[in-house]
Amino acid sequence: MPVVMAADQVARSITRIAHEVVERHRTLDNLALIGIRTRGVPIARRLAAGLHDIVGTTVPTGVLDITLYRDDLMRHAVGPQPVLRKTDIDFSIDDRRILLVDDVLYTGRTIRAALDALIDFGRPGAIELAVLVDRGHRELPIKADYVGKNVPTSLSESVQVRLAEVDGLDEVVIQDASDS
Amino acid sequence: MPPTADVPTPDGLGAPVGLRTKDLLSIGDLSPEEIYLILDTAEAMKEVGTRSIKKVPALRGRTVVNLFFEASTRTRTSFEVAQKRLSADTINIAASGSSVVKGETLADTVRNLEAMAPDVIVVRHQSAGAGHLVARLCRARVINAGDGMHEHPTQALLDALTIRERKGTIKGLKVSIIGDLLHSRVLRSNVLLLRALGADVSVCGPATMMLPDMARLGVRATTSIDEAVEGADVVMLLRIQLERMRGYFFPSLREYFQLFGMTAERLKRAKPDAIIMHPGPMNRGVEIASDVADGPCSVILEQVANGVAVRMAVLYLLADEPQG
Repeated sequence: MPVVMAADQVARSITRIAHEVVERHRTLDNLALIGIRTRGVPIARRLAAGLHDIVGTTVPTGVLDITLYRDDLMRHAVGPQPVLRKTDIDFSIDDRRILLVDDVLYTGRTIRAALDALIDFGRPGAIELAVLVDRGHRELPIKADYVGKNVPTSLSESVQVRLAEVDGLDEVVIQDASDS
Repeated sequence: MPPTADVPTPDGLGAPVGLRTKDLLSIGDLSPEEIYLILDTAEAMKEVGTRSIKKVPALRGRTVVNLFFEASTRTRTSFEVAQKRLSADTINIAASGSSVVKGETLADTVRNLEAMAPDVIVVRHQSAGAGHLVARLCRARVINAGDGMHEHPTQALLDALTIRERKGTIKGLKVSIIGDLLHSRVLRSNVLLLRALGADVSVCGPATMMLPDMARLGVRATTSIDEAVEGADVVMLLRIQLERMRGYFFPSLREYFQLFGMTAERLKRAKPDAIIMHPGPMNRGVEIASDVADGPCSVILEQVANGVAVRMAVLYLLADEPQG
């Protein structure tokens, strides 16, 4: 089970993304972060802390659960529904620049769902995307604006992002489906 | 829906859990874990109702039939709002405007509806077991929205959500249920649910309206309202159901209020932070005094708001595969 990012690399990537965000925006006054559940949320919080360290601005941070927008809901004949968790966006997204944050970018379907969900909340001025890992194999025309690490994978592999807030430690590993 | 390589479970914490039951006919069909799953899902659903666009696409293309053989404002509207917020297509059939008045039986009505391939049927009927009959006759998921004097599971679930929001937990709470015990499906569903989650339940009503099997369900029964209210965390009042009464149970509504009506004076015996609940519709001045119904302890309108979220949760969790 090869580790493709250790804890220090995860931390450095998030710090670097924070710097890139500052570099690309004239001001952060109109920016808001929205983390996609589950692991996009701690990454968004760390990114917000990173932005605060650099420019001293506190960027509002929200939580988005995309379950009700999934394109595969009820497409499978067996098995229970995915667990729904709370969305929590306590600020208006109208005319704001939204930075959507997730752990892994893969097919792009989660991001498509997140875009649909966000548009139900209002009309953002712009939406950007930051991910810790881009593993390729897109099925939709979606591209990240900020990437922690590009990790080439095969379809039989799965990428696991583990974060201290959820899993007790920070690391990114690749697992082959055959030995999991 | 099994987690596959391209579809990670939303929390990544393991396989999703779901309801084992095809239909929601009785609280007895649910394990405590399943009750908590519904309550947790309902809590997440509440957020949808706070948005400017109160709609999510989760049940897009699903057809839900609301089959109501009994008068209902709250429950039918609540189900319909829940369905619309989940983007389901809803069809309302009320007995008064349907072929039931032309003599069609429930079974025939349901067989004909089934031929139109609905995904979910929500049924309210004056006879106990009507939901079970509908469930046997069709492939659609069936939700019991009240069957005679038997059960009203979504009401008990929304009551539980309201109690948990106010008290943080249900386990160990002292809950007093007061009123027309005999005719109440709300009572039956609530007793099953509250006992399953570990609440201490007592019931109170006129001796003529007691139920024979309360002790078996682990519930204390009393005819003294003061005894019932003493130290209660939750006081739940039940409506006097004149329409179901066959015979005389008490001399007059005024006497009932004298002996069993909830007044501010009587409420003083409950815990200072006790909450007052009522499933509606209320008979003011019969089972509850107006100043109590509208008072600071009352959570009656929160119950109604939570009803939509609980029904969204049940619809979402049951409708996991297309029918027909």
